[in-house]
Amino acid sequence: MLYIQCPWCGWRDESEFSYGHEAHIARPQDPDALSDAEWADYLFMRTNPRGTHYERWVHTAGCRRWFNAVRDTESYEFKAFYHIGEQPPGGRK
Amino acid sequence: MSQPYRLDEGGHIDRDRTLEFTFNGRRLQGHPGDTVASALLANGISLLGRSFKLHRPRGIVGAGAEDPNSLVQVGRGESTIPNLRATQTELYDGMEVRSVNCWPSVKFDLSAINQWFAPLLPAGFYYKTFMWPRAFWHRIYEPRIRKAAGFGKAPTGSDPDRYDKTNRHCDVMIVGGGPAGLSAALEAGRRGARVVLCDEQSELGGGLLGMRDFIDGKPPHEWVRTVVRELEELPEVTLLPRTTAFGHYHHGFVSLVERVTDHLGATSPDPRIPRQRQWRVRARQVVLATGAIERPLVFCNNDRPGIMTASAVSTYINRYAVTPGRRAVVFCNNDSAYQTALDLDDHGVKVEAVVDVRPEPKGVLVDRVYKEEIPVLAGHAVVDTRGGRHLSEVHVMQLDAEGTGLQGEVRTIECDLLASSGGWNPAVHLHCHPGGRTRYDEKLATLVPDEPVPNVISAGACNGNFKLDGCLTEGLSAGATAASAAGFGDEDIEGRVPGTGRHEGIRLRPLWRVPTRKALTRSPKQFVDVQNDQTSADIFLAVREGYRSIEHIKRYTAMGFGTDQGKLGNINGAGIAAEALGRDLAEVGTTTFRPAYTPVTMGLLAGRDIGHERFEPVRKTAMHRWHVEHGALFENVGQWKRPWYYPQAGESMQQSLDREVLATRNAVGILDASTLGKIDVRGPDAAEFLNRIYTNGWKKLDVGRCRYGIMLGEDGMVMDDGVSARVAEDRYHMTTTTGGAARVLAWMEEWLQTEWPDMKVWLTSTTDQWSAISIAGPKSREVVSAVCEGIDFGHEAFPFMTFQHGKAAGVPARVFRISFSGELGFEINVPANYGQQVWDAVWEAGQPHGITPYGTETMHILRAEKGFIIAGQDTDGSINPMDLGMHGLLSKQKDYLGRRSLSRPDAIREDREHFVGLVPTDDPNSPLQEGAQLTDNANANDAPKPVPLAGHVTSSYYSATMGHAIALALVRSGRERMDETIYAPMADGRVRKAKITSPVFYDPEGKRQNV
Repeated sequence: MLYIQCPWCGWRDESEFSYGHEAHIARPQDPDALSDAEWADYLFMRTNPRGTHYERWVHTAGCRRWFNAVRDTESYEFKAFYHIGEQPPGGRK
Repeated sequence: MSQPYRLDEGGHIDRDRTLEFTFNGRRLQGHPGDTVASALLANGISLLGRSFKLHRPRGIVGAGAEDPNSLVQVGRGESTIPNLRATQTELYDGMEVRSVNCWPSVKFDLSAINQWFAPLLPAGFYYKTFMWPRAFWHRIYEPRIRKAAGFGKAPTGSDPDRYDKTNRHCDVMIVGGGPAGLSAALEAGRRGARVVLCDEQSELGGGLLGMRDFIDGKPPHEWVRTVVRELEELPEVTLLPRTTAFGHYHHGFVSLVERVTDHLGATSPDPRIPRQRQWRVRARQVVLATGAIERPLVFCNNDRPGIMTASAVSTYINRYAVTPGRRAVVFCNNDSAYQTALDLDDHGVKVEAVVDVRPEPKGVLVDRVYKEEIPVLAGHAVVDTRGGRHLSEVHVMQLDAEGTGLQGEVRTIECDLLASSGGWNPAVHLHCHPGGRTRYDEKLATLVPDEPVPNVISAGACNGNFKLDGCLTEGLSAGATAASAAGFGDEDIEGRVPGTGRHEGIRLRPLWRVPTRKALTRSPKQFVDVQNDQTSADIFLAVREGYRSIEHIKRYTAMGFGTDQGKLGNINGAGIAAEALGRDLAEVGTTTFRPAYTPVTMGLLAGRDIGHERFEPVRKTAMHRWHVEHGALFENVGQWKRPWYYPQAGESMQQSLDREVLATRNAVGILDASTLGKIDVRGPDAAEFLNRIYTNGWKKLDVGRCRYGIMLGEDGMVMDDGVSARVAEDRYHMTTTTGGAARVLAWMEEWLQTEWPDMKVWLTSTTDQWSAISIAGPKSREVVSAVCEGIDFGHEAFPFMTFQHGKAAGVPARVFRISFSGELGFEINVPANYGQQVWDAVWEAGQPHGITPYGTETMHILRAEKGFIIAGQDTDGSINPMDLGMHGLLSKQKDYLGRRSLSRPDAIREDREHFVGLVPTDDPNSPLQEGAQLTDNANANDAPKPVPLAGHVTSSYYSATMGHAIALALVRSGRERMDETIYAPMADGRVRKAKITSPVFYDPEGKRQNV
């Protein structure tokens, strides 16, 4: 069971949270400007890295706020937690 | 004399008290401090059960979690517990113990004939033999295998005991109360860290309890007593004996099971005290001091009762004052078993020989054995054994120089006990649970922890340090490191390690199996996993048949599949697999260690989170009792209990539905609609927000008006639907499906928080705040007019799809003029607590008009007659709005979620499935089967498979309004196929016939709701 720091509530057990999906995937401003392939890429394609992963969680059984996290998919270690709309400390690689 | 194998003195048992117990009905005695296993051995009982596959007689092998054989059934009735390990089960007065897996009795087992057929039962036997014919598997093979192979019996009643869960945060969690664990606790505890220490045994001390040695000049158990006394004085230290850490997860989370009352009786003596308690510990630092498990040597017929691990023999002697035999042979490849020879010799057991595979054993312990004039057969091995229900003799031969062949004469030694040691395996299980890796240590010939997991330290024997002084040192050091990392001191531990006797390494010569005299396949069985009857020949067979990975070999041979999870046999198995593969054991590795370390009860995992109170709460509306009193049957919709229909005396279900449908169509019906999801959408940007969520436009909707909307996923598929009303310029009352409410709220929250954080909109669930009473039918206006004040119900004053504020039965109310039945209809919404009062008033006012309560089933029929969809029944996540014919709801003036996906090539395919109606033509009164597949082939059941499909039935009912059965369906290009015939092949061989129609069966112009 992971130990997660909600930016609003502090450290809590994983069972209070729900995993969302990969973070930093912005909805296209003008979907009509996208080709079918580009729209499909936004819709379906996600990275699945071994190592650093930027992802979105929600504190379902707490404040119900969404936030971002950086997690190593191999060791399960969280490197950072940060607010929606922010970039991770030190930037993205 | 009772307990003939009990020593007169010594051990950690209380001879002043006697505990009576029964084993397979036989009355026996033991003492407090005994396990079931030690008490049975004290009574000279070594045959405990039969093996899983071959039903060979099996006895006690170990003294702890590793024992593969000693599974017993304890207690009776609803509190009986199957498959308890006798070596870990404390004896209590009046205990009833029975063997498992033998019929009719342990001494005479009918299935034992299996062993004569053993050549027919090799590895992979289940996969090879029971494959054909396939239909036989469920009906014949599986039940019989289960009956023959089953272990204990599960209780049939519900569990009378209570189980608790408790959460704990600490600085240092220490698993294991042996020399390393106690040292770590002492060091961390003295520094003031919050320490939790657990140990699976009834008293702390671990391996020290079964060991003769000196620590600080005192016998080990006295040192333990001193340390425990000091730990008990430390306010931040929690000691948990009888507590097993069964799972170790990421970020310092450890699951423990505390057996609170298991040692007192079959059930808890006090209903307020839980039988077991689950501790969920979150620790900053974890110290693993889980010890090591001795592995046996593998030789022919190595499974007879009377053959045990050497350390278990020492433990029974030193801790329980029981000698498991009278004449013993010790068989080993390392020094540690020499201590067992000395333990036996010192307690009056004749040691016939120490058989050592090493050509020239030497060292302190070896010298002492020579001094006691115990014969040592160096460079020899036990090659076979004899005995019926118990060991009677062993056969010994000389090994050749490489240890791969045998030479010389067979020497026979009569004995009733064989203590074997093939080395020690660190208990790395908890190190591996959170992803820790192991590496092969050549010198110890076993796996030891590799790079540590962050914030986890392995100390002592579980780290490959088998020497007592090493365990004490590593424990202190681990306690110091963990405490420092948690912020408690950084003193040096130099000079604080207590003194011990002289310890040398175990000087092991690896031998994964003794060579056989004949070819392996023709030799007597060499058991590797005793519980599963899995042998070295099985591993060779698996390799011959092409298996290479140890994980595959495990699954093919079932090695380590038992309740002991291969604690005794898996490393030997990996060693033998390495031999068969011609590779290094380091390369072959071992299988994955997963929780639970030892089996835990379901009750423990559930705790008190059971039933409808704490596991799956039931949601009831304010009018629930009324529905019960009026005979409603209920349907579960999500967690809600909704009235399904209200049968009257003597009515069939269909008769009830017909009555409810016709009453609503011809007079007036009343439905509890409170469960519908309701969300308050509020804020200056609320209109714009709904514009993005719904496919149609919401900005121009006037205050006081309602509109139907559908919402899509970004993939363009229909997600949910409902009617929403504009309550104020900046406020909407949104409704969702009953089951979709939480999902829709979460979905909208995510968009607001992550993508549109600048929008000023606030969402509040109000489902539970409103009671909603739906009144439908041509007489509904009369009924609501009689109940409400301050509202003009005239058609002009209160048009369709609007709402009014007023009072209903004196209660402030919102009254909506909406319809899900196609009839003139109103929905009264009042604060939930007034729901029953208003319902009663409506019921009263409706009496002159024959008001009829109806449930979800009638609601479904009424809406199906009108062709209204139910999201989630007529849609399934692959249906877009065009499929449903809802083109008119798709705004061209704005963007909305999912819009771009509606122009993807797949969304505009011409042969997509369309939402249509069906009317059966073969038997018009008999509804089609919901979910039935549709095809254009009239002889689909006899046609070559696969038969091309044309769609499926999504909803199907008998319509009393229409006087025949109707159905809704998704049919490929269905809208272009009106009046064509389509077929539904049934499992019973019939092929139903139906005509494709419009989904709107009744009142297609929509006149009835607009009067």
